[in-house]
Amino acid sequence: MSLRLDTAYYDLGRLDLLAEKKSPIHRLDPRAKVLTSLVFIVYVVSFDKYEIARLLPFFFYPACLVGLADVPFGYLLRKLVLVSPFVLFIGIFNPILDREIVFQFGFLDISGGWLSFISIMLRFTLTVGAALLLIATTGFPAICMALVKLGVPRVFAVQLLMLYRYVFVLIEECIRMIRAYTLRSFSKKMMPFHVFKQLLGNLLLRTLDKAQRIHMAMLSRAFTGDIHIVRQFSFGMGEIAYMASFTLLFTVLRFYDITDIIGKFILGIDG
Amino acid sequence: MSHHIVEVQDLKFTYPDHTPALNGITFRVEHGESVAIVGANGAGKSTLLLHLNGYLTPIEGKVRIGDYPLTKNTVQEVRRTVGMVFQDPDDQLFMSTVFDDVAFGPLNLGLPAEDVKERVRNALETVGVFDLKDRPSYRLSAGQKRRVAIASVLSMSPDILVMDEPSAGLDPKARNQLIDLLKSFKHSKIIATHDLDMVLDLCERTIIIHEGLVKADGPTNEIFMDDILLADCHLEKPLGMKNCPVCSPHDNST
Repeated sequence: MSLRLDTAYYDLGRLDLLAEKKSPIHRLDPRAKVLTSLVFIVYVVSFDKYEIARLLPFFFYPACLVGLADVPFGYLLRKLVLVSPFVLFIGIFNPILDREIVFQFGFLDISGGWLSFISIMLRFTLTVGAALLLIATTGFPAICMALVKLGVPRVFAVQLLMLYRYVFVLIEECIRMIRAYTLRSFSKKMMPFHVFKQLLGNLLLRTLDKAQRIHMAMLSRAFTGDIHIVRQFSFGMGEIAYMASFTLLFTVLRFYDITDIIGKFILGIDG
Repeated sequence: MSHHIVEVQDLKFTYPDHTPALNGITFRVEHGESVAIVGANGAGKSTLLLHLNGYLTPIEGKVRIGDYPLTKNTVQEVRRTVGMVFQDPDDQLFMSTVFDDVAFGPLNLGLPAEDVKERVRNALETVGVFDLKDRPSYRLSAGQKRRVAIASVLSMSPDILVMDEPSAGLDPKARNQLIDLLKSFKHSKIIATHDLDMVLDLCERTIIIHEGLVKADGPTNEIFMDDILLADCHLEKPLGMKNCPVCSPHDNST
């Protein structure tokens, strides 16, 4: 258990390391990347629930980012697999609930449920993949700053920043507690519930203590309730070109059935 | 603000659960002095430090920082004057990057962005970690974190530095570098610590706190020579003042 937590800890840190790379994508103003990702996500989720074919061209965007920003594809895939069970459970009952046959593929009957299930999985891969790529190419703090500049309430962004800053401290604390438990529990596989609840209670008390000390540190540096952050971003031609070209591409992909058009073009059928 | 003095008069404090922490502490630290506050665990050092930056307000007695007596109205001014470096840098470095952390104080003081940048640069250069400015704080080593924590206080240009166990958790080299760094500061310094060898290097004056009272206050060398006093207060002579057991094995009496 503790080993898994250790791995998760280092994995999370790796996302930050990736964000420190210097690629053309990394150099872009975070606002451009946040907005482009937002447009992408909104377009992807706006399709009809049975849509599959028209979602596929959208993979061009994450593929582009992976290539240009030199993000390790295996790492990204692992992260996606890690989150996938949640989405799997959302869609898993669709094939059972929705058995109406929508179309036939050779001798196979495909029901609406299967289509919507596959569609959900595709949307998940696209949207979560885009979000992960955004963090891997921008870094979490820069995203929060960009959100503030884009008009998101400061309190919200600061909460996110604090959450991100202290999730590492919290995980370290958990790792230490679990390590201490493991060293004295002698190969017991499962943690008994009464131990677990004490550990959890202890963690809460430690967290409250820590919060109090952090507040103290903030007060001693003239904190009066507002957190100010300075950051200068430059939104230049590169950003405009990046945003405009991808937004245009997404719009075309959203409103024209590009796979159909290309298919017909190749097969020589007149539309 | 010409006098960077700290004056504590008959300071008493009891925690809400009736644990007495300070039972009437009196001392005065002059401009530019470097003073160590030592004492056993639970002697009241941390509680005393919390009074010096106004986190706790005196129940009885007085605290005076520079020109201001510590009251609810002067607490902001006092906090600007006193730079407090906490024991655990993770408590102090709460922003996501080193730059934001060091800029936190100056921004709260309402300084314009250009001045803030200048101050951050100066502070980080003083402690020798300017290249870390864009790094996330949690990914630094303990020694780097300590330096950034000190920079985060220096950027507010305090007149008085108060530090809680600055050398705790540092490797010997980082510890030595820290001592050299602190030596170079011209601020009045108040350092609470168990590291008596560091006290020997840094502080000309030592105050021993025992059971919430000032047990001794005087030149560091004299205080550390007093074996009975040290033993009474659960302390031990610093290694630097002990005879080497290898070089002089016969001389065990001192």
